[in-house]
Amino acid sequence: MSNIRIWKKPDGFLIYAILYLTFIYLPVLFLPLFSFNNSTYITFPLKDFTLKWYDKMIHSPSMLEALLNSIKVGLLVAIFSTILGMLAARAVTRYRLRGRGPLVSFIMIPLVIPEIILAISLLILISQANIPLSLWTIGFSHLLLCIPFSMLILISRMEGFDKSLEEAALDLGENAWITFWRVTFPIVLPGIVASLLLTFTISFDEFVLAFFLSSTDATLPIYIWSSLRFPTKIPAVLALGSSIFVISFFVVSFAEWVRRRGIKLETTSGI
Amino acid sequence: MASTTRFTTRPLSLRFRLTRMFLKSESLRGYTLLSPTLMAMILGLVMPLAVLFTLSFWIQEYLDFIQTFSLKNYTDFFQKPIYIKILFKSIRMSSLVTFVTVLLAYPMAYFIAFRIQRNKLIWLILITVPFWTSYLLRVFAWKIMLGYNGVINSGLKSLGLLNEPLEFLLYNPTSVVITLAHAWAAFAILPIYVSLEKIDRSLLEAARDLGENSFMTFVRVTLPLSLPGVIAASLLVFIPTVGDYVTPSLVGGPRGIMIGNIIQSMFGKAQNWPLGAAISVMSMITVTLMVCLFLWGTHSFRKRIA
Repeated sequence: MSNIRIWKKPDGFLIYAILYLTFIYLPVLFLPLFSFNNSTYITFPLKDFTLKWYDKMIHSPSMLEALLNSIKVGLLVAIFSTILGMLAARAVTRYRLRGRGPLVSFIMIPLVIPEIILAISLLILISQANIPLSLWTIGFSHLLLCIPFSMLILISRMEGFDKSLEEAALDLGENAWITFWRVTFPIVLPGIVASLLLTFTISFDEFVLAFFLSSTDATLPIYIWSSLRFPTKIPAVLALGSSIFVISFFVVSFAEWVRRRGIKLETTSGI
Repeated sequence: MASTTRFTTRPLSLRFRLTRMFLKSESLRGYTLLSPTLMAMILGLVMPLAVLFTLSFWIQEYLDFIQTFSLKNYTDFFQKPIYIKILFKSIRMSSLVTFVTVLLAYPMAYFIAFRIQRNKLIWLILITVPFWTSYLLRVFAWKIMLGYNGVINSGLKSLGLLNEPLEFLLYNPTSVVITLAHAWAAFAILPIYVSLEKIDRSLLEAARDLGENSFMTFVRVTLPLSLPGVIAASLLVFIPTVGDYVTPSLVGGPRGIMIGNIIQSMFGKAQNWPLGAAISVMSMITVTLMVCLFLWGTHSFRKRIA
């Protein structure tokens, strides 16, 4: 009843919401615009339409290598962070741990330290230990940043978990591994997928840690950073940014579609 | 829970007793599961911070460190006014960013939580979509917006409102604040939305039934109950933005630099790691104090209106 009234007379909140969306969308929409603009300079007035920056992007080996590096690091970080986050989440939700609160807050610390301080402390430790900088050092630093997120997501998924389901499986004669695979894992799966997606995204876009802990192998944000100083390279970077945006849009839509299908199947099989 | 002492005729083998203790003690099994994660955190967090702290008491000499205890970096930090000045400027700017971001985000989160009945998820996705673009490119986008031949200047010029482009739009502390407020918007909306969504709607009805008007209902019921979300949002925006050096170096110009730029230069061009470490330690202490002050402030605010 009340929502009919609201939609008939658009109140201040709706107008505000539209203005707010304009504020967060407007600057970002200029990035793809300039990736189709036939000029090296990112200024108005616009020149004519071109696809040459996309062509240049495909033929830039250093950019593609950086992209590949980012994907490699992101995948490894996502997998390891989810495994470690899952072990930790399982430990704090399944067992009565002494000192649970402090331990969880300890793992959350990377979220409340400015990244630059995390980056330089790791840099100091790594250089004092004479470990050469590489994609591995970047990956390790990303792991630290991602574990808290994995753990938070998986704790919230496991907290509603009914212990008796596992106990039932064990009582019915399944061993611990089978119980895990057939009972625990399917229930936690949505949390695992969410954790993988989020941690990959964090690692893929992370710049500060990568900047301090990289050597010659650049990740994509480092490549973008170095290109921003050279005007001639910017349009191709904008082309890549726009492409990644479109791809991630489809990936997220696909994930959402799969999720909804999953819910539908669950409910229909339940009936 | 240690293994219970039970007398048997034969002494049990050590392995058997350990296994039994392990299976009986929940804590021990929990800690075993937790240990890989804890190891990673100790290796990647505790040790680096300890090394950072130690290094801040050393001295840089050319390319080497003099590894004897010295307070020189800290006396440098307190005696040269530039460091403290920039640290406080960074804190002022980040506080402003936090205030603006949370203030702008609150009505939006309120709108989604209370005014949207169906398809809330679509609205939430709509808000996060712009943030799938690389952080660096989002910051760069503001260069396009505010630049000499950027969106605002060209727009005003084509409307005939300007003859010469405005130069003061970019490369100053204000452009840094605007850019940061834009870059961190999603981090403010989501926690506030979650805390608003959790509020039991019958409490609001009860307040109205008891004669409060809608504004007082908001002040006395909705706002205090959503405070945890506001606090989380503030910390999620404040802490990372204090140390940011990407945004100031892209849109800040010389007047917009923040403490992150100083720390970065100590580990780059200036090549004085120990001084950089000391500045980092001091920044961390200041940020922690600010956060404590903020939490204490919100706590007493909550007490007063409750």
